Amino acid sequence: MTDHTIDLKAAKPRNQWWDVWDQFRTHRGALIGMVIFAVIVLGTLLGPFFWDVDPKFINIRARELGPSLAHPLGTDQLGRDMLARVLAGGRITIAVGMTAMLLSLVLGTLVGVLAGYFRRLDGILMRLTDLFLALPLLPLLLLMVMLFREPLVLSFGPEGGIFILIVFAIGVTSWMHAARIVRGDVLALKEREFVLASRSIGTPARRMILRHILPNVMSPIMVSATLGVANAVITESALSFLGLGFPPDFPTWGRLLNDGLPYINLSPERVIWPALALSALVLSINYIGDGLRDALDPRIRGR
Amino acid sequence: MKMKSALMGAACAFALAPFAAQAERGADGHVNVIYWQAPSILNPFLSGGTKDVESSSLILEPLARYDEKGNLVPYLAQEIPTLANGGVSEDLTTITWKLQEGLLWSDGSPVTSADAVFTWQYCTHPEGGCAQLSKYEGVSTVEAVDDLTIKVTFGAPQPNPYGPLVGAQSPILQKAQFENCLGTKASECTEQNFNPIGTGPFKVVEFKTNDVISLEANPNYRDPAKPAFATMTFKGGGDAEAAGRAVLETGEFDYAWNLQLAPSVIAGMEAAGKGKTVVGFGTLVERIEMNMTNPSPDLAEGERSTAAHPHPILSDMRVRKALSMAIDREILVEVGYGAAGRPTCTIVPAPEVYASKDTSCFTQDIEGAKALLEEAGWTVGADGIREKDGMKLKLLYQTSTNAVRQDFQALIKQWWSEIGVETELKNIAGSVFFGSDPGSPDTFPKFYADVEMYANNFDGTDPQSYLAGYTCDKAPSPANQWQGENINRFCDPAYDALVAELGRTGDIAKRGELAVKMAEMLSTETHTIVPLVDRGRVSAHSNTLGGVVLNTWDSELWNAADWFRVK
Amino acid sequence: MLTFTIRRLLLAIPTLLFISLVIFLLLELAPGDPLADMPMTIPPDVKEKIRLSLGLGRPMHVRYGLWLYNLFVTEPLHWWDAAFHTTYSEGMQRIISFQTRAPVFDTIAERIPQTLLVVGMGYLVGTLISLPIGIISAYRQYSWFDQFGTFVSMVGFSVPTFVTGVFLIIVFSVLMPTDSMFWLPSIYDTTHQVTDWASFVKQFKQMAMPVFVLALYQAAQVSRYMRASMLDNLSQDYVRTARAKGLSERVVLLKHVLRNSLIPVVTVIALGVPSVFTGAIITENVFKVNGLGQQLLLSIQGNDAPMVLTISFIFAILIVLFNLIADVLYGILDPRIRYD
Repeated sequence: MTDHTIDLKAAKPRNQWWDVWDQFRTHRGALIGMVIFAVIVLGTLLGPFFWDVDPKFINIRARELGPSLAHPLGTDQLGRDMLARVLAGGRITIAVGMTAMLLSLVLGTLVGVLAGYFRRLDGILMRLTDLFLALPLLPLLLLMVMLFREPLVLSFGPEGGIFILIVFAIGVTSWMHAARIVRGDVLALKEREFVLASRSIGTPARRMILRHILPNVMSPIMVSATLGVANAVITESALSFLGLGFPPDFPTWGRLLNDGLPYINLSPERVIWPALALSALVLSINYIGDGLRDALDPRIRGR
Repeated sequence: MKMKSALMGAACAFALAPFAAQAERGADGHVNVIYWQAPSILNPFLSGGTKDVESSSLILEPLARYDEKGNLVPYLAQEIPTLANGGVSEDLTTITWKLQEGLLWSDGSPVTSADAVFTWQYCTHPEGGCAQLSKYEGVSTVEAVDDLTIKVTFGAPQPNPYGPLVGAQSPILQKAQFENCLGTKASECTEQNFNPIGTGPFKVVEFKTNDVISLEANPNYRDPAKPAFATMTFKGGGDAEAAGRAVLETGEFDYAWNLQLAPSVIAGMEAAGKGKTVVGFGTLVERIEMNMTNPSPDLAEGERSTAAHPHPILSDMRVRKALSMAIDREILVEVGYGAAGRPTCTIVPAPEVYASKDTSCFTQDIEGAKALLEEAGWTVGADGIREKDGMKLKLLYQTSTNAVRQDFQALIKQWWSEIGVETELKNIAGSVFFGSDPGSPDTFPKFYADVEMYANNFDGTDPQSYLAGYTCDKAPSPANQWQGENINRFCDPAYDALVAELGRTGDIAKRGELAVKMAEMLSTETHTIVPLVDRGRVSAHSNTLGGVVLNTWDSELWNAADWFRVK
Repeated sequence: MLTFTIRRLLLAIPTLLFISLVIFLLLELAPGDPLADMPMTIPPDVKEKIRLSLGLGRPMHVRYGLWLYNLFVTEPLHWWDAAFHTTYSEGMQRIISFQTRAPVFDTIAERIPQTLLVVGMGYLVGTLISLPIGIISAYRQYSWFDQFGTFVSMVGFSVPTFVTGVFLIIVFSVLMPTDSMFWLPSIYDTTHQVTDWASFVKQFKQMAMPVFVLALYQAAQVSRYMRASMLDNLSQDYVRTARAKGLSERVVLLKHVLRNSLIPVVTVIALGVPSVFTGAIITENVFKVNGLGQQLLLSIQGNDAPMVLTISFIFAILIVLFNLIADVLYGILDPRIRYD
């Protein structure tokens, strides 16, 4: 949704999106969230320029060190620098988390709105949702790797191919909650007076959905988005366990958490840093979502 | 010493008992054992899984077991039959066992040779799907000469006749209980498979599959003073960390099996002072397997990784040798296994007589490896990666998902990059990698990668069938549904001849010589298999559990009857 | 509404059959081998024989048909026999697991109590605390209570349960002295039975950590939806009207706003209830609760198709059922929603 907002803002200045932005700016939590999010994203993007230690470089003599000047976050069991690993992991984690969340949200919202709004589609789409909810996740993912890993890697290169595979795997297996929630709200919305009124003047379905239905289901979608990022990051770490994820020496926050877990007693910071980074990311997205939701609500706007 | 402690324990626990003069069965109360893999079934013939074999070894016993040094010790048998005492015939085709007198099953009925004969019939039934069938390979009959005498006859001379009815994998079942469970009925006998009647120190009270076993002392155990524990809880599930923690840090459990954890993690847990670890070495060797055939995805399905296409890079022995030379095995041990590992250059690290003494691979030699690659025509390209005839020296290195293996991958990748080899790493879920689903590209026998890493070992103390797996005809290929032990597709007629010779040789010293030669052919001579670490087993027991002797040749719980509570 | 329910129930039968077929095909096509965890010392030809004895030699459609037959004929007959001491099912083989060689329904029945107790309790506690948290957070938006609740729930959701679980174990089982009254066991004893006060305390203690972990995760999720939905409704015109009519805040909040805000919450809860039955895989594993979740994980890892198929099928029934219940509840919460 954020992309959408920005696009329109750039294309058509001085439209209602300016109002949205004005409202958004007054939301303190949202601004703080934006700042934190920007810091995390810029940190992971630019961090490696300032901290140019190779996250994959093994220094066997510097194993399991505590924080020091040479290694501000210490080192792992192979003597790899943790700061470099958290930074490098962040880039891919954020990319996977955000893209997978967007994919699952778009899928979920699409299915939810269609099922809720068009009665004819409701049955078939909801049975499809039931089917996806009932499928055991692990075999499904394993099957996806088997079928798609090699072709994707061949056509998009090892990293690009696996990125697509992971985002697709997470997106395709996590849209169902959003779909059910959106549909529930749409079912109630479409019997509201303003929708009936709007329909009575002959508003076409497409505009009905975009103008009246979607803005009113924003809040559950925003919550789903926040929860979706956390979910995607954790699923990614589970995928790397199955061998579906990135190559095993490739750090991601989920994998850092997994790898650090046995050492939680010896060096708790190995778990704490990635967990903190992850929580900060999810919290900042949550606040941005909050602000966005308020800003998009015309009743609150201008108050 | 042991006796004395047990006795003291008994005296304390039963201070009011009229006579506590001798060690008493069940005097030490309760013991808790945790296996981080939960037993699914207590019939080792229907499941080859270690967890199932070891848990059932508390209940079911064979004629003889291996001790912690790999020597056979009699359990239900009076003594070990040998050529010297006439138990094994001169022509090596029969072995005659004598059962101890007065043995009883836990239900009170006598143990007879008919039970042993029945066990053979049970396992060799064509429709039974017995997991231990290979233990009975070459057996033509098992007969009951009299109530206590069992005669096993082989179809051909058998240099190692101690397969059938020996070791934790092949214990004796009670005929009366399993009589109706032959063949296809084996799976239907849930009650029997979950609650087998045995001769071991414990008997099942309740079996919750994949969760927990409640056991109590067998009232008819042959030694009236044992076991010292009246009851046992055998909990399963979770992960090695949690199991180690429960014994070493929280003290909730007395014994934890197979702690596959990083040495520093184990050391940290041990520092809590609630228990200690024990280490034993067997034949398990972590190794890198080189693919002698071309796994390139450009080849058609059915052609990939088959003998039709030799590997474009690894077919050159010098490259394989250079890859092996670049590895520092001491560091691998230090990082991954600590006290539970030692560097090795052979795939048969034990027993003594079969083990190669070659230690040439112990020292890392990066410069030597570079020189070898130069000699083989691989020159360093612009990006630091070696190339030859326009082909980059790039390898795909796969293994199963496991924290230590991923650390090894990272380390070896770095060493190989130092000699100009680029490595792509790949890890695969164990349930897929170790499976042999012919439809999956990711199984270890299919080997759609250049090198792969895992651990392998052999049962018992004789490496014959293990070494026989590397003959040309055992190479996995589409023709045999990718089933075969010769993962590398190694093929050398000279080796095949040695396999045949080993099968004919009875003299132990001569067999040792042959086995060493064969193992060296596979490893230090051709570098087809690159052994890395001789992996021991670490288990942990609480400070208050006495009598633990870690045994890697048989079930770890082989001497649970001797365990006692340290007071 | 009644005809809608009946129609949906009838429609559920083909849906479920189709789902079972898809799951079966998925398990067939997914890579894996029930013998993957057997030691490598077992030669390949022996493994092939074992595979045949598991019935894997038969063609796919025969195996699926057999499973359906067993599920709808053999198993009900067996239960009938067990209940009325008859012998109709004699000689008929039930659905047998590859791993345990025992009837899968026996294993499932053995697992249900601890799963319902621990996972169900975690779910219940989480839902019950999340509702008031969500309501208060929305009513007092941006108060310290709301900020704190947001923080806790976001951290609770973004830190995976395998980390929170292990963290709790370190604090309460390892660092806490064993003789302290706050010491909690790190390993759940599934054989424990509550007979008196002391054993009740022990049960309480061994449930404390897994229930807390599950409740935190659940509460984090539900309270966010509750809060968002309440906020949506609090700014609606009807709330102003109700207040203008002089209704007390309590009535406005709990009668008007809450009722209208419950639709997404009902959806989330209905989606969650079936997952109670398949257990909480990670939490069960961390605390060794060994319920259905742990069994399902083991079976999937072990490629135990009959077990995975059966558990997934039961799960599918519950999903279809609870989604139907949610749909019915929508109609009750908002009578304007009509399906016919």
